[in-house]
Amino acid sequence: MAGATVLGRLTWQVATVDEVVEETPRVRTIVLAIPDWPGHRAGQHLDVRLTAEDGYRAEREYSIASAPGEPVAITVERLEDGEVSPYLCDELRPGDGLELRGPIGGYFVWDSRDGGPLLLVAGGSGVVPLRAMIRHRQRSGGKVPVRLLYSSRTLEDVIYRAELDQLGDDIEVVHTLTREQPTGWTGYARRVDAALLGEVAWPADDGVRAFVCGPTSFVEAVADGLVQLGYSPGRVKTERFGATGR
Amino acid sequence: MQALDGNAIGGLLIEVFGAEMTTATGTCAHCGAVAQVAELVVYLEAPGTVVRCRSCESVVMVVVDKRGIKCVDLRGLDKLERA
Repeated sequence: MAGATVLGRLTWQVATVDEVVEETPRVRTIVLAIPDWPGHRAGQHLDVRLTAEDGYRAEREYSIASAPGEPVAITVERLEDGEVSPYLCDELRPGDGLELRGPIGGYFVWDSRDGGPLLLVAGGSGVVPLRAMIRHRQRSGGKVPVRLLYSSRTLEDVIYRAELDQLGDDIEVVHTLTREQPTGWTGYARRVDAALLGEVAWPADDGVRAFVCGPTSFVEAVADGLVQLGYSPGRVKTERFGATGR
Repeated sequence: MQALDGNAIGGLLIEVFGAEMTTATGTCAHCGAVAQVAELVVYLEAPGTVVRCRSCESVVMVVVDKRGIKCVDLRGLDKLERA
C-alpha cells in the first residue's frame, strides 16, 4: 500500500521544496511539492517535523499560506532561539525534502460559500492564514467584501507587502505600524485596541465573520475589542500562536 | 509559559482520535461550559500537553507521550462530541 493514505489518519510524508521566497529579512515563504496532498481549506495548517541525527525530533505547526488549489506554501518567521524556524529559514533549499503532515484544522477556516463580509485582523505572521483566505476569495471570484487590519512592528516587517498593496478595491488593507514608522507615514501607528477597531472594523452585523490571528496577547485584545463593539463571540474565530511549540 | 488555543493541537488530536477534533464540542466537567476544542486554552510544554477550560481554567484534557505511546486523560470533560 505504498503511498496510500488510510482514511481518517494523518500520515507523515516527505514534501520537496520547490521554491523559496524571501518576504522580509526574517520571514520566508516555502513552496512545497507534496506527492499525496488531499487538498486544503483556507486557514488550515500543517505540522512540520525535523529529525536530528541522534533521533531527536521537533514538531511545529505552520499555517498554510496558499489558497485551496494553489501549490501548498508555508510562511515561516525566524525565531532566534527556535529549534525549527532557523533551519527552515537559513538552511532549507529548493530540492530539499521536508517531513510534514496535513492539512489540519476545521475551526479557523473560511470557505467562499460561508459568505461575509470578512473582517481579518492580523498581528505579525498571523497574517499567513488570512492571506490564504484573501487568495481564496480572489480565486473563487466571490464578491464578499474583505477588510484586513494588519499590525506590524515596522514597515520592513510587513509580510506580503507588495501583494497586499495590489489587491482590488473591494479588499481593503489597513496597516498599523506599532514600533517605527517611515517618514511621512499617514497610516495608524498604535496597537490594535477597541478604539482602533471601532474606526476600522465593519459595524457589528449578523453577516460579518471575523478571523483574528496573532500572538496570544494580541488575539485576546482584539477578540475582547470586537465583542465590546457588539460582535457575537460565535462570529469571531481566533487562532493564537506562540514563539515555542512542542 | 504561553497559553495557546486548541488549533495548536489539531494534528495531535487527529493522531489520538483519528479525526479532525478542533471543531468537536467539549463540556467542562467542572463548570459545565461548552466550547469547541479550538477555543480551549492549550499549554504545549507543561510537560505534556495540558488543555484548560476557558471559563473556569480547570484542566479538561492532558496528553502525555510515553515512549511513543500517547496517554490521554479526559476526566476533565463530561462530553466530547464531534461536529
